[in-house]
Amino acid sequence: MNVGERTNVTGSARFKRLIVEEDYDTALEVAQEQVENGAQVIDINMDEGMLESQTAMVTFLNLVAAEPEIAKVPIMIDSSKWEIIEAGLKCVQGKPVVNSISLKEGEEAFRHHAKLCMRYGAAIIVMAFDEDGQADTFERKREICKRSYDVLVNEIGFPAEDIIFDPNIFAVATGIEEHNNYAVDFIDATRWIKQNLPHAMISGGVSNVSFSFRGNNPVREAIHSVFLYHAIKEGMTMGIVNASQLAVYDDLPTELRDLVEDVILNRRDDSTDRLLDVAEKYRGNGVEEKKEDLEWRSWPVTKRIEHALVKGITNFILEDTEAARIEADRPIQVIEGPLMDGMNVVGDLFGAGKMFLPQVVKSARVMKQAVAHLIPFIEAEKSGEVEAKGKIIMATVKGDVHDIGKNIVGVVLQCNNYEVVDLGVMVPAEKILQAAKEHNADIIGLSGLITPSLDEMVHIAKEMERQGFDIPLLIGGATTSKAHTAVKIEPQYKRGPVIYVTDASRAVGVASNLLSDELRDEFVAGRRKEYEETRIRNANRRAKADRISYEKACDNKLALDWNSFSPVKPAFTGIKAFDDYDLATIAQRIDWTPFFMSWDLAGKYPQILTDDVVGEAATSLFDDAKVMLKKIIDEKLIKARGVIGFWPANTTQADQIEVYADENRSDVKALLQHIRQQTPKPEGKPNLSLADYIAPKETGLEDYIGGFAVNAGIGAEELANEYEAAGDDYNSIMVKALADRLAEAFAEHLHERVRKEFWGYAQDENLDNDALIKEQYQGIRPAPGYPACPDHTEKETLFNLLDATKHSGLELTESFAMTPAAAVSGWYFAHPDAKYFGTGKIDLDQVEQIAERKGKTTEEMERWLMPVLSYDPS
Amino acid sequence: MSLATRIQTLKSALKERILILDGGMGTMIQGEKLTEADFRAERFKDWPSDVQGNNDLLVLTQGDLIKRLHLDYLNAGADILETNTFNSTRLSQSDYGMEELTYELNLEAAKIARAAADEKTTETPEKPRFVAGVLGPTSRTASLSPDVNDPGFRNVDFDTLAVNYREATRALIEGGADLILIETIFDTLNAKAAIFAVQDVFDEVGFELPIMISGTITDASGRTLSGQTTEAFWNSIRHAKPISVGLNCALGATELRPYLEELSNKAQSHVSAHPNAGLPNEFGEYDQTGKEMAVIVEEFAASGFLNIIGGCCGTAPEHIKAIAEAVAKYPPPSNTRYPKGLPPEWP
Repeated sequence: MNVGERTNVTGSARFKRLIVEEDYDTALEVAQEQVENGAQVIDINMDEGMLESQTAMVTFLNLVAAEPEIAKVPIMIDSSKWEIIEAGLKCVQGKPVVNSISLKEGEEAFRHHAKLCMRYGAAIIVMAFDEDGQADTFERKREICKRSYDVLVNEIGFPAEDIIFDPNIFAVATGIEEHNNYAVDFIDATRWIKQNLPHAMISGGVSNVSFSFRGNNPVREAIHSVFLYHAIKEGMTMGIVNASQLAVYDDLPTELRDLVEDVILNRRDDSTDRLLDVAEKYRGNGVEEKKEDLEWRSWPVTKRIEHALVKGITNFILEDTEAARIEADRPIQVIEGPLMDGMNVVGDLFGAGKMFLPQVVKSARVMKQAVAHLIPFIEAEKSGEVEAKGKIIMATVKGDVHDIGKNIVGVVLQCNNYEVVDLGVMVPAEKILQAAKEHNADIIGLSGLITPSLDEMVHIAKEMERQGFDIPLLIGGATTSKAHTAVKIEPQYKRGPVIYVTDASRAVGVASNLLSDELRDEFVAGRRKEYEETRIRNANRRAKADRISYEKACDNKLALDWNSFSPVKPAFTGIKAFDDYDLATIAQRIDWTPFFMSWDLAGKYPQILTDDVVGEAATSLFDDAKVMLKKIIDEKLIKARGVIGFWPANTTQADQIEVYADENRSDVKALLQHIRQQTPKPEGKPNLSLADYIAPKETGLEDYIGGFAVNAGIGAEELANEYEAAGDDYNSIMVKALADRLAEAFAEHLHERVRKEFWGYAQDENLDNDALIKEQYQGIRPAPGYPACPDHTEKETLFNLLDATKHSGLELTESFAMTPAAAVSGWYFAHPDAKYFGTGKIDLDQVEQIAERKGKTTEEMERWLMPVLSYDPS
Repeated sequence: MSLATRIQTLKSALKERILILDGGMGTMIQGEKLTEADFRAERFKDWPSDVQGNNDLLVLTQGDLIKRLHLDYLNAGADILETNTFNSTRLSQSDYGMEELTYELNLEAAKIARAAADEKTTETPEKPRFVAGVLGPTSRTASLSPDVNDPGFRNVDFDTLAVNYREATRALIEGGADLILIETIFDTLNAKAAIFAVQDVFDEVGFELPIMISGTITDASGRTLSGQTTEAFWNSIRHAKPISVGLNCALGATELRPYLEELSNKAQSHVSAHPNAGLPNEFGEYDQTGKEMAVIVEEFAASGFLNIIGGCCGTAPEHIKAIAEAVAKYPPPSNTRYPKGLPPEWP
């Protein structure tokens, strides 16, 4: 059984980009290609923080339903969130497969989900996972599958033939003795299920088993074949495996097959060592690995330089550059010759998807060191500069401090021989345009992460038009999108091309097209046409997106039963500051998945480390990250500060929360203004607003709200700058990416302490890191500027309440970005029903009300709320 | 007879003989040449819009007529009556502005059919008659876009359909239906919403009725309007554990044969059919006589395709009588044809 996995945003960077950009036409092509290539089921997953995942799932499934060539195969609805699975189930007319449910959250949730799956007519994948975690041993697998089966078949009457067990395949031959029996455990469990749980099927992710031999494909293939040979014999029905990574059992060399069989079946204590001994012999044309280090040293110098660049090895680069300089007639020729040739190889591999961003940034580090070595010689010779392909001005726009993505793009462009003038962060329009004139720049590139930056970009585009520029304007960064570029920015700048750059890997292609006399016109015309189409599509969509009136939305608020609710009083009210918080404690809470995303590597941690495509790049990046993290912690290079606070609070209007100075609840310290969903909802579903989670004043209940601001950026900036100055962009970016993660982890850690200790409404909570990342706890901590409360200006109120600048060292820019950038702030809501949600787009009637409540003009609020407006205010 | 006993009797009857479903209602009502005033009667004489053509309304305004038509079918040999509720959902009734009457329409229709069936059962207690509460497809499709330029668009969703079907089901059960018949399915997602809703209502009331499910193959492509083959259709709805699955409408018996054969090979339940009286002529009328139709249907029975047979558009008591006589001598197919490797048929 072949399951198509490319329509999964957690596994495919390309698919994720298409969905984020709402390029559903191309996303459908991805699905269709899979079916054409023989997928018998397509797995669809939209679990991605940047997305309104539920909307994306529904939209995509509705479109799939209209494509007979795709809809002819069954759909696997894949999500870790039940709401998304259920929304998907409501869109599929055929029989879908749910991926997945398990006893992880207890029997009650399991039974509930299973019953609904049955009522929707779906088959289910059941993971061998219970309240205590994933099953590793045969006993645990058997116990959990049996328990699941009993609940499903004997208790609720689930059709046994619609159950697919996934009893977990783990890596063997890892060197850890407890792992040696993992394959046997799986195969035994398969046999046991086949014999004892009639009609149930068995599935698993096969490539996990050979993880310890990554990089040695022939051995991996042999392991997969032997494993499948035995597992299928015992009744395994389907497996997720890359078909190109599969050898034929009978074709395996006898020696290898026997040794692999020893490992898989755990027949000897020394089977891992014996397989390791011969593994190298079978490596064949596998990727060359570190062991050959010394061999490449015997190659000619140009080849050595190329190798060092491709592999990102700095150890010998000065030595090799010097050798090349001596051989060359003039030092400049080393750059123009072997170094550029090597970087071209890197560029080609990157373009072909065979290298990934972290590796390219490492290559750049090697390049920079080599160039730094040559510059004194070039200057001594006064032979002039190398002719760059073009000059690009780059900046993070005014009000915004986020620059990881921009820095990566800068490095990639420099690697490709573009001269980059990086103006840094929070750069006003005037400074950018002045620099462009001074440097006679060929291109301007703008970046930004927070939503108000979008507006600033529009402003810059207008200024470029007014000042008579005609050079290309590139737009990039996490909140930017093709739609925004097409609808808002491009129409402001008619003299020159505006190009949206989806990610760092596209920057070089875009720049080379724009600066090529032959390609430029066609490229620009193509983009203009594409954006025109986007505008038309967008206009149609807006016209169709009906909203209900704000009044109706308020009437349909979440009706919580306040009579039966008694708010928990926090251990203290007022604020509490934390200075120099222990970094090692914070680091334990790091969610690594977004870290890989910041390097353009898509996939969930830890699975990403064993991913067939990016696994090696991810593993190497992760190793470097751990070294840097240890250094930061051991040498106290970053200082973490934070502040939390709790205050008595009640709602007084539908979307207004009054925060009181004390328990008398008469002295109003602040008013919080929240935003309510205005999309039409099916019967029984409320139009949510965060204000719904705080008890209304008329209930007489003494409710509370909390807030926090944490900063993990003190020292990070300086450290990153040091690395950058030393030509080490890789580590500079690494520091910033880690600081971001530490800030998030700090927020997560404090939230846990708030739940258990400072607010104390969940003192008995006991969740592991995985459950925490999946937000299985009570209460939420939404951040102003993010989907549940998209108004960035509320951060000002939050900061005042917390006296955050004094206690955490954070400041707000004029666009309400926090600086330093490695920071998180937000509200605490404790109500057991509080969930994260997105407000979606809102209408003018609500904007007017918000403006009135906040004492601002409607125009000003429209500017701040631009990304969530359902209408075009101009 | 209690509901539980009736359901038990129905299940035993299915083991003993091929059961006869009634025929088309629309054709019969058309034959009555009713006027706008007849449709309105006293109760709706001031209704702001035309109501002629809202056949389901007749259970409120011409209850005696509907009962008489039911009795005509019973006298012709039908075992199972279909309630006159094909369009009795909020979505369909909104065409007449009558969505607030939905519950009453279903309740009254079930009561009338119940009364007719009980009357006949009293006459011939050895052959009890049953009432199938009909859930129609509504006028909208949850997996097809009404706008060719925007394939992702939908004018109805699962939740809305489920709300519609829950309301109708509650009323049908209250009115005395023995079975629920989800029929003329051209979009399986609509049917899945109906199944979901019906099972919700079963939870509410604390007991279950047998469910009959009947899809519609729209043309010679052999697919439903929403693009499914017969087998895909069965796999998409089998979770309802229906007492029967079948096909109705759009085609005549001859055209339906290959798909019925497929169902009878694949489905793990009883199989039903209520075809049209042939294909319509150029005036949209059905010419096939009862005798002609019975000849075709008899061959289905002889081939062992069928457990339940009736008629759809263009059929009349004449057709049902001929069919009932033609299939009487054939035993219902047994369960041995069910595919191997799957659990046994549900009870």
